[in-house]
Amino acid sequence: MSRTLRPSEDPIWLRAGVLVAVALFMGVMIALPLATVFLTALSKGIDPVIEAITAPDALAAVRLTLMTAAIAVPVNLVFGVCASWAVAKHDFAGKSLLISLIDLPFSVSPVVAGLIYVLVFGLQGWLGPWLEAHDLHIIFAAPGIVLATIFVTFPFVARELIPLMEAQGVDAEEAAVSLGASGLATFFRVTAPNVRWGLVYGVLLCNARAMGEFGAVSVVSGRIRGVTTTLPLHVEILYSEYNFVGAFAVAGLLCLLALATLAAKAVMDLVWPEGRAHVG
Amino acid sequence: MALATTRKAFIWRRRTAIPGFGVTFGVAFSLLCLVVLIPLAAIVLRGASMSPEAFVHAAFSERALASYRLSVGAAAVGACVNGVFGLATAWALVRYEFPGKSLLNAFVDLPFALPTAVAGISLAVLYGPQGWLGAPLEHLGLHVANTPAGVAVALTFIGLPFVVRTVEPVLRDLALELEEAAATLGATRLQTLTRVIAPALAPAWLTGFALAFARGLGEYGSVIFIAGNMPYRSEIAPLLITIELEQFDYASASAIALVMLAISFVMLAVINTGQSWMRRSAQG
Repeated sequence: MSRTLRPSEDPIWLRAGVLVAVALFMGVMIALPLATVFLTALSKGIDPVIEAITAPDALAAVRLTLMTAAIAVPVNLVFGVCASWAVAKHDFAGKSLLISLIDLPFSVSPVVAGLIYVLVFGLQGWLGPWLEAHDLHIIFAAPGIVLATIFVTFPFVARELIPLMEAQGVDAEEAAVSLGASGLATFFRVTAPNVRWGLVYGVLLCNARAMGEFGAVSVVSGRIRGVTTTLPLHVEILYSEYNFVGAFAVAGLLCLLALATLAAKAVMDLVWPEGRAHVG
Repeated sequence: MALATTRKAFIWRRRTAIPGFGVTFGVAFSLLCLVVLIPLAAIVLRGASMSPEAFVHAAFSERALASYRLSVGAAAVGACVNGVFGLATAWALVRYEFPGKSLLNAFVDLPFALPTAVAGISLAVLYGPQGWLGAPLEHLGLHVANTPAGVAVALTFIGLPFVVRTVEPVLRDLALELEEAAATLGATRLQTLTRVIAPALAPAWLTGFALAFARGLGEYGSVIFIAGNMPYRSEIAPLLITIELEQFDYASASAIALVMLAISFVMLAVINTGQSWMRRSAQG
């Protein structure tokens, strides 16, 4: 039984063609790399995987990665909320310039992000001699890693929140304020529930990037094994030592983090259908 | 001091009943300056302090020029592949019903969530001589790992979500009635596609293309493992910066970084101009 197609419907051959092309593309670009990580990690059984993940250097990398995210994500959350409140709920001169500046870290290579902190805090940098004199270490130490991570994740929360807050206008907030609510109460009771999807998704993406950042962190880290190596740097070290099983075991750990992030987003889409498609 | 800034703020912004502008703007702008603007100024000043000859010598050496060509070329290839398949993916997600749709929707974002180093070693093994894709391709005489093609593959992976996620919402908002009206008025499907759908999607598509391109231009982690990093052949510009840094040649590193920043900004400006031109011609 064939029925007449509506003019906006594609004929079956086109549907099939598009779907096959998309399936092949996603299979090659997404599914195979993902399968490669887990199957390479498990190629010698589960024991070497557990050994690689519980090695002291790996555990130190886990700690440093968690600490970095624990600082970078709240900083970006505070920035994102402040920036979106100022930009989306107020009108002022230079607003579009401010939005462009917020997006700036997206168009800067992660390596350049690391480089700029080396130029400010490194031994040859602006503050280098002063820091050296006071025995403070930022480059080739944890503070540099945290700073570089904050830079590369800077726009994440703001970028999710600004369009959502702008779309919602200011009527609800003005009503709340005119009824006597304080600024903070207005944000937490009126605005935040309306933008919860963007707030949570921004934090999730920010966290995934903070824990997974490689380029910027590799420039400022100095790769002191077990001291200034985050998980992605630990992966690189193991890989460059031809310890493929170990590298992919630790990479598998990071993969699980990515999959958990995607799963959390899928759940959010189910329970908060008001969330919108977006660019990260 | 605080009073003075508040008073000034009232001049350049429209008054509203909503409180908190001073505090939130202050926090956001201070962080922006401390984290982004002042450190970025360091690189500009470092570049400006070089003599013109030294700058040109570092930034436009044969090796550096080869790396810009590779970074720009491979990013463009990656963005083009994503331009085609990203559009197809967005189309499938919005217009079709099929099994595994929500899974596809979730996995489109994987390159945003997956650490780049993980993607890098995975692609290097997958396309390596013993890999699932590398071995058969090698058999056909196609080498991907350790060649510019490998760089393009990595940049395609990293840019995958951008076109899908920019086109998808626009496509979703595009009223089917518009297409049906076009058909009722006698337009063929091809005419509807080129005259109704394409102009509506073009600005979003271009944004996605530009974001994928910009991301690819600076990308490092996913590329260096598969690229082989041979000077003049498969060495990307960000890698060259790290090589200069390892030799403590901060000036050369800054010079190359400034050229990369300039390429990004020129490209963003071109894209912005293109977009406003498209919007105008779509309206007029």
